[in-house]
Amino acid sequence: MTQQNQNSLSDSQTMEIPEQKSASPTTMIKALGLVSTICGIIIVSAYQMTLSSVEENKRIATERSIYKVIPNAKKIEEFLVETSPNKQSQDKTIISKTQFDLQNQNQNQQNQNQQNSTSFDEKFFAAYDENNKFLGVAMEGSARGYGDVVRLMFAFEPSCECFTAMSVVAMRETPGIGDKITKDKAFLENFKALSAKLNEQKNALQNEIRTVKNGQKQNAWEIDAIAGATITSRAVGVAVNEAAKNILPTLMQSQNLEKLQKLQTSNDNEKQNKE
Amino acid sequence: MENLQEQKSKSQQLEELLEGIWKQNPIFVMALGMCPTLAVTVSAINSLAMGLATTFVLISSCLLISIFRNIIPKEVRIAVYILIIATFVTTVDYAIQAISLTLYDALGAFIQLIVVNCIILGRAEAHASKNTPYIAVLNAVGMSIGFTFALFCIGAVREILGAGSLFGISLFGENFQPWVVMLLPPGGFIVLGCWLLFFSYLAKRRMQKLQELEKAKSKSKFKK
Amino acid sequence: MNNKTTLNLVEIRPSPHIKGPRSVENIMRRVMYMCIILAICFVLQYGMSALLSIIFVTGGSLLTEYYLCKTKTQSSGLHDYSAAITGLLLALTLPPGFPLWMGFVAGAVAIALGKGLFGGLGYNVFNPALIGRAFAQAAFPTAISTYTPSMLPNRFLEIIPSTLTLPMMAPPSLKTWLEAQQQTLTNLGNGLDAITSATPLVLWKFDFIATPYFDLFTGLYTHAMIGVSPLLVILCGLYLASQRCLNWKIPVSIILSAACLAWALHSYDPSRFATPCFTVLSGGLILGAVFMATDMASSPTTPLGMWLYGILIGFLTVMIRNFSGLPEGVMYAILFANAATPLIEKISQRRVFGTGGSDKHMRKGATYPLHPGYISREEHSAVTPEKVIMKHKPKPEDRRKPQREEQ
Repeated sequence: MTQQNQNSLSDSQTMEIPEQKSASPTTMIKALGLVSTICGIIIVSAYQMTLSSVEENKRIATERSIYKVIPNAKKIEEFLVETSPNKQSQDKTIISKTQFDLQNQNQNQQNQNQQNSTSFDEKFFAAYDENNKFLGVAMEGSARGYGDVVRLMFAFEPSCECFTAMSVVAMRETPGIGDKITKDKAFLENFKALSAKLNEQKNALQNEIRTVKNGQKQNAWEIDAIAGATITSRAVGVAVNEAAKNILPTLMQSQNLEKLQKLQTSNDNEKQNKE
Repeated sequence: MENLQEQKSKSQQLEELLEGIWKQNPIFVMALGMCPTLAVTVSAINSLAMGLATTFVLISSCLLISIFRNIIPKEVRIAVYILIIATFVTTVDYAIQAISLTLYDALGAFIQLIVVNCIILGRAEAHASKNTPYIAVLNAVGMSIGFTFALFCIGAVREILGAGSLFGISLFGENFQPWVVMLLPPGGFIVLGCWLLFFSYLAKRRMQKLQELEKAKSKSKFKK
Repeated sequence: MNNKTTLNLVEIRPSPHIKGPRSVENIMRRVMYMCIILAICFVLQYGMSALLSIIFVTGGSLLTEYYLCKTKTQSSGLHDYSAAITGLLLALTLPPGFPLWMGFVAGAVAIALGKGLFGGLGYNVFNPALIGRAFAQAAFPTAISTYTPSMLPNRFLEIIPSTLTLPMMAPPSLKTWLEAQQQTLTNLGNGLDAITSATPLVLWKFDFIATPYFDLFTGLYTHAMIGVSPLLVILCGLYLASQRCLNWKIPVSIILSAACLAWALHSYDPSRFATPCFTVLSGGLILGAVFMATDMASSPTTPLGMWLYGILIGFLTVMIRNFSGLPEGVMYAILFANAATPLIEKISQRRVFGTGGSDKHMRKGATYPLHPGYISREEHSAVTPEKVIMKHKPKPEDRRKPQREEQ
């Protein structure tokens, strides 16, 4: 094929670069410096211009998944869960994010020691309908799937101590195989009443949630994997188990449950228009 | 510089624009940039998004390189090209994140891989560093149209056979049996090979027609 | 010239002028007869669906071969039976309920990608039937793993529902049909009325249930979900080996190496690894060993190479079956070994005599191959000592001294 043999170098018909002797270091440094400056300006301005949109998108994605798992929700409140390692589950508290931020603002310098001992590393979202009635809790879980990390949102109902829905926030699984977790109806059925009961001391799950082979689900705390997408299904099981282990022992304490019942702040997140 | 631009006639400029689409199509003729071709063309919308991202990077980097072509000493030219290309790839990265997070998840690591896409570096080295900005941009536009077109061809076939849909719209109904292999790497190679076969067949037929025309012309000349 | 006169063509060929029975066509014809016997057995086991499956798969292969030969890029045409053999063997490895349109596609791809791409008969790198099956496995993974029991009472009267799915449509689930079959069997009350739910390999891999050897070996007795009867395959293989149509080294080495490795693993942990007999008899090992691995274009030609090739296949099969997520590994093992064939041939070349090589028994200075009576200048000088050029000439006194000592 003569066309393939056409060397693209033959495009240089008109412009001839003037023959340069080996350029001096200063010329090279000048050129590189100039180019780097211009590139730096371009990158920084692009970053600044898109920063707010990117944050907004991430927030929207999280919120959209919350509205997906708790369908009647109209307002969302973010809560932080105490994860201080040396405390018992009975003593750990939850606190709403807005209150936490207020506390931080007020007691910035004084109670640094106190803050260090009580850390709030986990978070979940409490959903309320338009009458401020408590509907359920949405928590995020993530686990390593076939591709990158799979981030999921689970809906949990304290009254039945079970998970009621699952939706994917972000994933990079193989399309057509791993992404069946969003579409496969039988798989989503698993999450209609996935039991997550705590043991008697209320400091751990009574039965760990795990993924079993397709067709072999026998207990309410097991998840039936999708045939042919076992790795992604297992990632979902690991994600929900981790989320449950970290949050539920603290959440299900009676004093914390009471906090959820009333909408604590006036800083409501209005339901955004679904796209 | 302006004299040279005028020297290139209108038809030559048009040729620069069109060669990237058909005669020197980066994927089907030059076989450059195979990595994103095979990886991203799982669905039509992904291929279009990747094509657009590469378009932006190709045009802007060719423009910038062409503007600076006289200042860049040839010892450091590759470093400078990569610097410029990486800048625009980073910009595209942020832009896609800002536009749609789902698209960003779908394209994944391949946005950063645009930096080493052979098309961009190859055109920069072979063309943009030797021509005026106007010509360089024309050629880049042609190349990127050709690239996006080729990506779309492959992506459409893979999506239709592998998922029964086009742009997410299911074409065959619920009972369609998807050819799972088309979504996996082997299917990418097979579809690419079939398209290469088709294009080389068309090119061969065109050559034959041109040869026949030449023969007819020379015969008529000879007869005269 | 008058159109009716026939030219008597005289064929001039270089030596050797020995004409024997082993031409490509003869070999292919014998293999074709054996494949037809196997196909008849397959139809006997599975009935109408199997017949339709064979017809469509072979039809796909033949049509593709016809169109490829029209483009004149292939080395031979339809008149050798290779496309038909590929189609038949492919049909024997597919489940009988495989939808017909999928079988057609698999047959077409087998010839197009497995043979046509490389240039036709004799040029293929991989076994075409296995390429077709690998494509079908990648493209239709759920359909290719749904097997149905053999020797059902109604097999000649009714067609498995998934066979007749419309093109491009997904096959329906076979659950209700299987339950109906089970019902018919219990109604007949033969005593052999249990239908297993999966192939023997799948049963072992996931549930550790071993199928009895007799069922595995003959496949004509119970309703086990195996392919063609391995017994028949072995008999056909013996006939072909006696006719020198396939080299016995390959199947024997495959079976022996698989059995050895399986025996070693089994003695290490009997509950997890299957017995050697089960390993050899189950799945497509025997069919693959006799018919697929012995494809002459894709297997080595040197004797040592054939042994290495067989050992590699047997080893890989057992490894894939026991240590990977797949229940069956013969197909991938054979494809892998096909890819390794050029290397195997390179390291297993026979020693060619007469071209030089080790110098121990070589005549110094002689040029090989030796011509009797001729001694080259180098050889002559090798026999007679060369003049030793010394740095300084020895004095006349020194020259005489050794002579006196000898005396």
